[in-house]
Amino acid sequence: MRAGELGPAVQWAIEHQIKVGQYLGARDFVGVSQAHVMADTESLGDAGVEWLERMAALPLAQRQVRIPTITDPRGTDFAAAHRLKQQPWMLDLERRAIAAFEALGVLMTDTCINYQTIMPPVLGEHVAYGDTGVVIYSNSVCGARSNFEGGPSALSAGLTGRTPRYGYHLDEHRKATLDVEVSFTPRELNDWGALGGIVGRLAGDYWQVPVISGIDRVPSSDEMKHFGAALASYGSVALFHMTEITPEVRRINTVVSFGQRMLRHKVGEADIRAFARLYVKDIEQVDLVVFSAPQLSLVEMREVAGLLDGRRASIPLLVVTSPQVKPDADRLGLTARIEAAGGTVLAGMCFYQSYAREMAEANGWKRLATNSAKLVNIIGGYGYKPALMSMAACIDAACVGGRIAS
Amino acid sequence: MSGQILHEKVFFATAGMGRKVQGRALVAKDGFSARYDLDRSKGTFSRPEHKLAGESYVGRILVLDAAKGGVATAWMLHEMTARGVMPAALVLNAVNPIMVQGAALADFTMISGFEVDITQAIPNGAMVEVDPTAARPLIRVI
Repeated sequence: MRAGELGPAVQWAIEHQIKVGQYLGARDFVGVSQAHVMADTESLGDAGVEWLERMAALPLAQRQVRIPTITDPRGTDFAAAHRLKQQPWMLDLERRAIAAFEALGVLMTDTCINYQTIMPPVLGEHVAYGDTGVVIYSNSVCGARSNFEGGPSALSAGLTGRTPRYGYHLDEHRKATLDVEVSFTPRELNDWGALGGIVGRLAGDYWQVPVISGIDRVPSSDEMKHFGAALASYGSVALFHMTEITPEVRRINTVVSFGQRMLRHKVGEADIRAFARLYVKDIEQVDLVVFSAPQLSLVEMREVAGLLDGRRASIPLLVVTSPQVKPDADRLGLTARIEAAGGTVLAGMCFYQSYAREMAEANGWKRLATNSAKLVNIIGGYGYKPALMSMAACIDAACVGGRIAS
Repeated sequence: MSGQILHEKVFFATAGMGRKVQGRALVAKDGFSARYDLDRSKGTFSRPEHKLAGESYVGRILVLDAAKGGVATAWMLHEMTARGVMPAALVLNAVNPIMVQGAALADFTMISGFEVDITQAIPNGAMVEVDPTAARPLIRVI
């Protein structure tokens, strides 16, 4: 590969991986079975798309990924871009990126919930996933082994079929480093996200592995999804354990070395309420409601549709799901129920990855309500003022002109 | 203290990449994520809660605590570099893989991992040199 016998794309990929691996102390490579690439053009920019197009212009035999390689959400839903007031240049850039990725053999799945919809990894499987929410869920809930692989590195893994062996590919990095005792098991998804945000702030960086105890039932996949996505977002954390629940920690001593001392933290309901209050203070009314980040499962789509039945949203209500869930939501009548109530169902994008700043300016959006702690953490940087509320409270607000119940 | 020559204000990192650069330090005990924290069109920190909110990072040597946030920075450093609206270098107590991958793609100068809290060691506004090509990558107050 390094000699260029497989072409310049693979040569670049292996050199990139060596550079990254050397920085992070990898001794060798590990074979990976799947790659997942962040592919939205708000991240790529013109420069990234041009870079991809140069690779896509190589002869066919020199530009094909060698393992299943899928993508994170795009920057638009082409069918609804006009409703979001996205500009033609954004769509043109998206189309160019899609063409380039497809020329490389990448499957444009456009999803951040591939662990719910495409092919969940299995215990011990080494993968190269992008999207922090995908990585933390796959590592923690499935027991797979991945680091955060940004777009260039995940694409490199697709091209070479391997990744540098560092971090969470190694047993020694999968041990717990901090102990979080929880005295309140959340019921709502926003509270799971808040708990993830609190633990993320306690953890603080990528190399920390929290072990959570005190959860009194097995959380659903959607609850784990919101918890993990927020934990990864607030803390840059890629792996957590949950005692007697996640596969690598049936008992706490399986992830704690003999004699190891860990910082212990306690988190209760009051902490979760205080976390949410941080975001809702000074906001009496919102301009839009967004369900996104991560994309909604079919079960969440059903919940949204049920809460909207017989009601009418009077401000924009965006419901973002994956291209895999959307056809089922259509077939089962969920999309029609949500849109009959004034909502907009979007597929294949994610709100914050879709030119959120430009959408805010074009639509006059500033204050946003969501049940996603991850979105709340990100969207402030794009100029929004977010409120973290339950799905039901978000829909209540959407149906009364955006007013938030006190 | 091994590896630290405090009277010369030289601090050695455990890893580095890119080329030697000089510039004025912009320092805060806070994280770094291109997606979460920046208005990349204006070249400023935009997340209201960030300790550098409103500050321009263009041409500055950013001395911060830890890499934060998601995977987008891996593409975004490349995009920022292509437009020339980027910091001169990143100096971090702790990196995550995304920051390393992004710096590798963008051919960006970055060093990380110190025996001291580098955000406390480097004065904000100081002229500094970052040399990832040295036998031991370092940052030096000029």
